Amino acid sequence: MATTQVNPTRMELTRLKKKLATATRGHKLLKDKRDELMRRFLDMVKENKALREKVEAGIHAANKNFVLARSVMVDEILNVSLMAPRQEVYLDTHTKNVMSVNIPEFEYKTKTPDENDIYPYGYAFTSSDLDDAVKSLANILPDMLKLAEVEKSCQLMAAEIEKTRRRVNALEHVMIPDMQEKIKYIVMKLDENERSTQIRLMKVKDMMLEAAHNYSQRYEINQ
Amino acid sequence: MYRVAVLGDRDSIYGFAAIGLDTFPVEDATEAAKKLKKLADGRYAVIYITESLQAQLETEIYNYVSLQLPAIIPIPGVSDNTGMGMRNVKKSVERAVGSDIIFNND
Repeated sequence: MATTQVNPTRMELTRLKKKLATATRGHKLLKDKRDELMRRFLDMVKENKALREKVEAGIHAANKNFVLARSVMVDEILNVSLMAPRQEVYLDTHTKNVMSVNIPEFEYKTKTPDENDIYPYGYAFTSSDLDDAVKSLANILPDMLKLAEVEKSCQLMAAEIEKTRRRVNALEHVMIPDMQEKIKYIVMKLDENERSTQIRLMKVKDMMLEAAHNYSQRYEINQ
Repeated sequence: MYRVAVLGDRDSIYGFAAIGLDTFPVEDATEAAKKLKKLADGRYAVIYITESLQAQLETEIYNYVSLQLPAIIPIPGVSDNTGMGMRNVKKSVERAVGSDIIFNND
């Protein structure tokens, strides 16, 4: 596995061991982050799905009402009725930090607080269908804004989870095994060096003793 | 203070003007792309876009997915609904989890 060359030195060994400790700790932390993000993401995505179903159904119904209103009203009058809106929606955004993902939070304010005071036209020339249509749309506005918040959060979290998952996998399957392999290699190499030094010393000692006392000759004579 | 924009064909979006959202009727995709860029760089935190338009502007919208603002949210229009909105939710589940475990392929 150790494709890259490592210096089998003690310094390198210490360095690698430290790195391995950091990597293991980082891996654990990232794994926890991933799990927690995933838990929150799943909750949020369920909410997203429910909200989307609700909003889509709401808009569908409102569109039906608008088509109905159009069918009984002259186009010009309809256009004029909606030309100068009375209501305005303002958004205040905050960010919330969820496991290092900054997700937006919207708080909305409307210009006219009274929800029955939103019709931008007098009632003389318009059909009541238009009132219904505007009302049905106004009713789903809070859900629409909530949907925007939740859906954006889901997208951001999905991206972060993907990133974290890749990091966890890279650490788990590449970095950590690689470092363990290198450490093993260095330890074995150092051990081998130590053994060879030991043997060399023993050999030298033997030779020196041999030179000093001539053991082998004495041995032969005794035989 | 941010505002909310609605982008799409006129018939699908004119009602939103009545409830206080800023509507931007567009006719074709090139015009919509220009408008979207302008809106996204401006003071709009949420941009609702009709599904049929979203399908045509996918590459442009993708640029804004990783940004915190604006949130570009597909909504169904009067006609040509593609189910794009739900598919996007599904896609983000697939991106996060690796496979779709919420919708069970329905």
